[in-house]
Amino acid sequence: MTAPRDGIGAPGGEAVLVRLRGVTKHFDVSPPLLARLLEGRRRQVLKAVDGLDLDVARGRTTALVGESGCGKSTVARLLVTLYRPTAGDMIFEGVDIGRLRDRRALAPLRRRMQMIFQDPFASLNPRWRVGRIIAEPIRAHGLLDDPAAIRRRVAELLEHVGLRAADAERFPHEFSGGQRQRISIARGLASSPHFLVCDEPTSALDVSVQAQILNLLRDLQRDLGLTYLVISHDLAVVRFMADTIGVMYLGRLCEVAPADLLFARPRHPYTRLLMETVPDLRRPDRDRQPLAGEVPSPLDPPPGCAFHTRCPLADDRCRQERPGLRDDGAGQVACHAVEEGRLPAWRGAGMPGG
Amino acid sequence: MAGQPLLTVRDLVVEFPTRRGALRVVDGVSLDIAPGEVLGVVGESGAGKSQTGAAIIGLLEPPGRIAGGAVHLEGQRLDTLSGEQWRRVRGRRIGAVFQDPLTSLNPLYTVGRQLTETIRTHLDMTEAQARARARALLGEVGIPAAGERLDAYPHQFSGGMRQRVVIALALCANPRLIIADEPTTALDVSIQAQITALLKRLCRDHGTAVMLITHDMGVIAETADRVAVMYAGRLVETGPVDAVVNRPLHPYTEGLMACIPTMHDRPPRLAQIEGAMPAPRAMPPGCAFHPRCPLAMEPCVSMRPPMVARPPSAAACWVRAPEPEPVS
Repeated sequence: MTAPRDGIGAPGGEAVLVRLRGVTKHFDVSPPLLARLLEGRRRQVLKAVDGLDLDVARGRTTALVGESGCGKSTVARLLVTLYRPTAGDMIFEGVDIGRLRDRRALAPLRRRMQMIFQDPFASLNPRWRVGRIIAEPIRAHGLLDDPAAIRRRVAELLEHVGLRAADAERFPHEFSGGQRQRISIARGLASSPHFLVCDEPTSALDVSVQAQILNLLRDLQRDLGLTYLVISHDLAVVRFMADTIGVMYLGRLCEVAPADLLFARPRHPYTRLLMETVPDLRRPDRDRQPLAGEVPSPLDPPPGCAFHTRCPLADDRCRQERPGLRDDGAGQVACHAVEEGRLPAWRGAGMPGG
Repeated sequence: MAGQPLLTVRDLVVEFPTRRGALRVVDGVSLDIAPGEVLGVVGESGAGKSQTGAAIIGLLEPPGRIAGGAVHLEGQRLDTLSGEQWRRVRGRRIGAVFQDPLTSLNPLYTVGRQLTETIRTHLDMTEAQARARARALLGEVGIPAAGERLDAYPHQFSGGMRQRVVIALALCANPRLIIADEPTTALDVSIQAQITALLKRLCRDHGTAVMLITHDMGVIAETADRVAVMYAGRLVETGPVDAVVNRPLHPYTEGLMACIPTMHDRPPRLAQIEGAMPAPRAMPPGCAFHPRCPLAMEPCVSMRPPMVARPPSAAACWVRAPEPEPVS
């Protein structure tokens, strides 16, 4: 890449690119005022993200994994300033981006972080040619003025993601899903960001295309020193991509650990539940006895540990007292059973009982 | 396979007529399902797996139509049935479970009413008998407090519970075959496992066969007895699940299995199949997979390979399953 880049993966740069502390996002989903007054209905607050602490290491991939409604996509949207946090600090390159109110102050930071969305059919303007789509961030941030230079940069970006320079003249509908996701990635890279937030980057794609896109993302990280936050519900995708993994449940982190450690020795009962229930092609469990129960409504989360309603280890303390995320050198876990040493040994996914 | 197959599909062709000629989305598919067997049908989007299922159950979206071949259920030909005749087979002898439970449930009626109505359409029962059966079915699919939940509306159930209701609905008249098209795709992983286990248990208990259509190979590996792999509207390989997953014959099946990431290791790169599946309008001559195939040779580009048995599997591939006496 020839365009200016500001010290990506810069030697001497801080090891932590993004630092989240107590990040909280509440959505007011109350019924309208009249309904509250006349029908006596209560105010309702959806705690989508509730006090999240997370460090995103520079030049590495951090992943957030969890089921729908756990708040992982809200974290992604908070990070790229599509949402404003209700509380907490979001420090990106020394600046608290959650507190910046001035669009002009945000602009240079926004240029250095971009988002790749899940659905490449919805995230590309169907009326624009691919060249214009990719050039949009370059123009919006005023990075290049000369049309010929912009064209050269677009051609370079297209080739970088495995498309041809001539594809700039075509429209999104002429491309397959995988090629469209390549276009989204080229657009994401156009402003030379350090930090890419990938929200379910391959969930809308077929497996053979998923492999192409995941390989591409890893190649780009190696070549450009990018930092990724990957949001996914798919443990196998997270296993392939991530260096560090955070597992979320009902708006909170229940476990954060280096990827190898997490998969070798998951500790939170919810992490274990996830690993045990994902059917694995190479180690199928044909006599699976899945755990009963469902994710409770995030509008009315259980008291104490949010997971206690489904947890085989839950006791009175779990039902009353909310466990905090504790760091014990092998990662962070929010679980009373782990703290009290009553966690059974892990016998590996596919084995009964965690 | 021992005994008579429950369902036989022979040379099924499904076409969508358009102004620029007919689009062939299913092209000469033949398969059998034995009584009580779970047949997994896998393939990527556009492979024709859902259209195959829809054609078997007589629910092709117009103007789609069966343009060739035959479908028999227990000896009775299905593909020539009229709309009225179909209504007596569908629900009674073949049930269906689709991806989105909301498309199968009427939001305006209670779950109990939908179940009793379906039961009484197919079985000779009084209202009270049908309601008792509905309650028993809801209990059987794992809905807590089934008696009270009969009077609830679909929106009052969670996604996983709704899919259980749909399964109860499909089982109403004790059908011999259930077509399940991506039954767990819209659900969270911890719920997915519950639903596949439920489907498996019920079909074992009732001796119902299942055609399980999905893109998720993990679900297939844990659920299916046999697998049929589709590519570009055609069948490329069939065989017992263990053989297809671990010893695939067709280069497409091989590529598909290799590119699926797993939780158990972290390779530096995933295997990938270059390119994309051809659209029905741009079908290459010969083997539909040859433009992406690392093994493609001369006959692959011009002649379409037939399905050739290579026990325990069968594949349509000139390289991996050439005919016993090659025509040259």
